[in-house]
Amino acid sequence: MLSCKEATLLMSQEQDRRLGMGERIALRLHVLICAGCNNYRRQMHVLREACRRLGGGGTP
Amino acid sequence: MELDRQSELNALRPDLLRFARLQLRDAGAAEDAVQETMLAALTGSHRFESRSSYKTWLISILRNKIVDIIRGQSRESAATSLADDEEGDALLDESLFDPRGHWLPGARPVSWADPEASFEQQQFWKVFEACLDHLPPKTARVFMMREFLGFETGEICKETGISSSNCWVVLHRARMGLRACLETRWFAGAGD
Ligand SMILES: [Zn+2]
Repeated sequence: MLSCKEATLLMSQEQDRRLGMGERIALRLHVLICAGCNNYRRQMHVLREACRRLGGGGTP
Repeated sequence: MELDRQSELNALRPDLLRFARLQLRDAGAAEDAVQETMLAALTGSHRFESRSSYKTWLISILRNKIVDIIRGQSRESAATSLADDEEGDALLDESLFDPRGHWLPGARPVSWADPEASFEQQQFWKVFEACLDHLPPKTARVFMMREFLGFETGEICKETGISSSNCWVVLHRARMGLRACLETRWFAGAGD
């Protein structure tokens, strides 16, 4: 079972590379039972989108 | 209709400068990048219908100038200075996770209410920029290269001379710091 600490590293890496099958499964199982990491994962998407907009893709 | 480009350019200049400063953290280099961008913009012959499409175009020029500057800077011991940024890491971990690596109750991420509504607010972008500015300099550099300048992590390793596993960790730290900052300074008040 992943710890939250390990899960957060994977949730960052999935923004930058395709995770391996084992990593994807472990992460999916973790966020299913962990509300904190589930929120964290959504926040990663918000960050990416905020950066995209600040960088001119849709003006803030 | 055609925009009055000269006056639009002057009006957008502060935005460009702010963007360049965030990326480069060097007022002089940021000034240079913006100057060159304005020069390129005045000699270009594109037509623009709106200020926002003009701004998007300007930022894409500026982004290229910033990339040139980053490439031009010597790889000035990026790896060693990253070590300085890392000093706080162990401390940070202790404030977030218990010994088994699970969230401490006070640190557990909450649900961010309606990010789209936040994006609409000028004040959100002020906070976001302030949070970016809070990142340690080298960490910020790597994060900016990834998120604003469109580098793949492999290129970041090459440009900064850090290993790829180090690169993943630095990006992770940047995101971790940024989300904590936003949660504290924005979403905790605005959200649920
Ligand atoms: Zn978790």
